[in-house]
Amino acid sequence: MFEIAILFLIFSSFLVLYRAIRGPTIFDRVLVINFIGTKAVIILALIGFAYGRPHFLDIALLYALINFVATIAFLKYRTTGKLG
Amino acid sequence: MVDLLLLVLLVIFALYAVYETDLLSSVVILSAFSLIMTIVWTRLNAVDVAFTEASVGAGVSTIIFLSALSRTKRREEITRNGKKLNIYNFLASLIVIFTGSVLIYGTFDMPDFGDFDAPVNNAIAPRYIYGSMAELGIKNFVTSILAAYRGYDTLGETTVIFTAGVAVVILLRRRDL
Repeated sequence: MFEIAILFLIFSSFLVLYRAIRGPTIFDRVLVINFIGTKAVIILALIGFAYGRPHFLDIALLYALINFVATIAFLKYRTTGKLG
Repeated sequence: MVDLLLLVLLVIFALYAVYETDLLSSVVILSAFSLIMTIVWTRLNAVDVAFTEASVGAGVSTIIFLSALSRTKRREEITRNGKKLNIYNFLASLIVIFTGSVLIYGTFDMPDFGDFDAPVNNAIAPRYIYGSMAELGIKNFVTSILAAYRGYDTLGETTVIFTAGVAVVILLRRRDL
């Protein structure tokens, strides 16, 4: 059952691939990595339960914490042109 | 099935990151590549590698790429030179294809993945698994291999990474660029 849920989530990641490749602006691609990051958090939690090792939830939490760091860096680079 | 889909996704992201001339988009897509890679490591039960990939691949290296981009131009310059099929390119690709097929031919002799009779599963792995606690007193044998059995290798790795880190800091802190 967890495997099927993971399959559906990966399939939904394929749907946003069009925006990642064709997406006219950089913001489409930033949205795509946000989407994939959120899906990855859920997939990691699901893998943990599918393998019977619920402490994989720790990685999912770390992931959720790290996810937005890159987004903030992108947006800062886009608005100010530098990071410093 | 899940692994196959993940690997297809990885290949698509990698090809896009290579072919895109807008470097900022490439960096964004490389970040997505790292996100998928973390799932692959977790599915292989390599949780520590997944941790490293999530924090270094998706977090730190993206920021290093971005700060490098802020010192250069955003777009890659397209050279028409590489597209032409001259004799040198043809010979070079012949050599590459030949070397690649020789390497693939060399893998036919290798034991299957996870083969029970493979030498690595008979001699080396049990030695580390059973010897770790008796010889070193470290319960986690990944740690004992990294820190004791191949300690000099890890020392060399750390030196390389430290050198690279110092070089990155020196390059990115220059004010006159």
